Amino acid sequence: MTLKYLLQKEFLQISRDKTILKMIVALPVIQLLILPWAATFEQHNIALSVVDRDHSTYSQVLIQKIVSSGFFLLTDYSNSYDKAIQSIERNESDLLLEIPPEFENNFVREQKTDLMISVNAVNGQKAGLGSSYLAQIIGEYNKDIVINHSPEAITTFKNIESDFYFKYNQEMNYLNYMVPGVLVMLLTLVGGMLSALNIVKEKEIGTIEQINVTPVSKGTFILAKLIPFWVIGLFILSIGMLIAWIIYGLVPAGSFFTIYLFAFVYLVAFSGLGLLISTYSNTQQQAMFVAYFLLIIFFLLSGLFTPISSMPNWVQIVTRFNPVRYFIEVIRLVYMKGASLTYILPQLGCILAFAVVFNTWAIVNYKKTS
Amino acid sequence: MNAISVRKIAKTYAGKPPILALKDISFDVKKGELFGLIGPDGSGKTSLFRILTTVLLADAGTAQVEGLDVVKDFKKIRTMVGYMPGKFSLYQDLSVEENLTFFANVFNTSIEENYHLIKDIYVQIAPFKDRKAGKLSGGMKQKLALCCALIHKPKVLFLDEPTTGVDPVSRSEFWEMLKKLKPEGITILVSTPYMDEAVLCDRIAMMQEGKILSIDTPQLIVAQYDKPLYAIKASNNYLLLQTLRQDPLVDSCYMFGEFLHLRPKGDIALLMKGLNASCSQIEPSIEDCFIELMKLS
Repeated sequence: MTLKYLLQKEFLQISRDKTILKMIVALPVIQLLILPWAATFEQHNIALSVVDRDHSTYSQVLIQKIVSSGFFLLTDYSNSYDKAIQSIERNESDLLLEIPPEFENNFVREQKTDLMISVNAVNGQKAGLGSSYLAQIIGEYNKDIVINHSPEAITTFKNIESDFYFKYNQEMNYLNYMVPGVLVMLLTLVGGMLSALNIVKEKEIGTIEQINVTPVSKGTFILAKLIPFWVIGLFILSIGMLIAWIIYGLVPAGSFFTIYLFAFVYLVAFSGLGLLISTYSNTQQQAMFVAYFLLIIFFLLSGLFTPISSMPNWVQIVTRFNPVRYFIEVIRLVYMKGASLTYILPQLGCILAFAVVFNTWAIVNYKKTS
Repeated sequence: MNAISVRKIAKTYAGKPPILALKDISFDVKKGELFGLIGPDGSGKTSLFRILTTVLLADAGTAQVEGLDVVKDFKKIRTMVGYMPGKFSLYQDLSVEENLTFFANVFNTSIEENYHLIKDIYVQIAPFKDRKAGKLSGGMKQKLALCCALIHKPKVLFLDEPTTGVDPVSRSEFWEMLKKLKPEGITILVSTPYMDEAVLCDRIAMMQEGKILSIDTPQLIVAQYDKPLYAIKASNNYLLLQTLRQDPLVDSCYMFGEFLHLRPKGDIALLMKGLNASCSQIEPSIEDCFIELMKLS
């Protein structure tokens, strides 16, 4: 009974808060429209300087091939290394390809020639991907000219050809796994941050003092605080999935039920974390700072931006204590692979454990402090 | 049975150094009484309120409200008392009416059911019932808070400094309203730092540094002041105060508004001789009593 009135009050207050209302709609829209594009793992527009000291047909064909791959932008074309290296120093290009004099002649006469690639490694990801793209293109080019030069080599040319079939994401489109990941980010912000702030607000303004001297029990009070964020969280998730469908044409291959069920348990876990933070904070500023600190760590260790398998071993162990990691895993599995509920039970179990731990800890601490 | 009974309550807040808030406090408040806790800031009034309203645990001693223990029976106490904290603690983003409805609802009652209790107060804020509580003036906020504390017809009403920061007109209006609650039989415990409000209570307890200096009706407290007291005024009061304090014939002397209040050890005429100041004997006020009690303790 009392819960009904408390919930009425909570929703009334949220509806009065114009900023929160706008954010509930703007957050999923803006994050989903911008973030997936920013978080791409592919590298385009890698600035390339070419030093061509051969000026032969061969060198022209090679440059043509590199530029037409679509990954590179030819920023300058010169015939001295010193000039080209300056453009790397000025941060105008990321890669430098030097084609030595007698490139074509050596190739034809001695069947062997060299190329030099210098990489600007300030941006590690760009450097790594750029040089491997370039190496790949040169490899193909190499094969082409061998075949052109001596067609009989087709039979003698020993090579293993690999063809790829990207299961569950046939075009290997990074948006397909970034977008579901961003959905998780949205839920985390609402579940963890907003709930923490909401409870601390009552402490900071002092309204909790008045509520304490009423028959409202602490359990009911907390429940009335958390339920609105579960509702808002699921609402934002729905908007997010709608946007994912409209803008990116993404529909989960698995069932909506699995996603909603997991999202609900996840929200219970994170609102528990929010509650826990609020029991340790006296002002919204403190709560905000702690929540922000935790969320940044959670996101960076979640596998959303960088694969967990590429992290050092001990960091991988740390990520097991990160609830965000499990939902990112699950939502990608459900969206792309169509994973069923039984398939994701281990992750569900983990989140359930987080929910129990966070909430129990919060309630114990809440009782102790008041 | 008393409405409130406090026995040897003590409270110290941890810290460096620990802060002693209450020391061996004992007193009783009779049913239907308007009981005042009078004392300066930091004398322990709010701590006492928070212990009696079950939101703070005392270190030692026992307290009962309506015969119920504040520790064991806190749930029952919370259903039957009204509390108005010193700091405005209603929802500022809800309207006047929404606040009142909410507090009626959480006590499982409705505004209509106990409207007669708050009618006189509520009609004054009714024109602003759609205004957000945060946008009300100080006096209006106090009236709304009183309404919210009364809406469930509490047996005991706790008002922690209800008139602090309120203009003089609203202050006297507020006390008028408290008097009107008398026939309802609601026990009221009210605290205030204003001495002039003390006389409006049935009985008062004077507090200082966590201790009770004296408990009685305001009239009896004044009557206990058995020495003559004089009000003195000169063109330079400050200089006069300096001079008088040096004088061995002066028992005590202090500033009191535009006058100096003076209690002589012997004959006043002897003391005033040679001083260019007007002097007349006066009846002591509660504040004079308080200053006297503070000196004794």
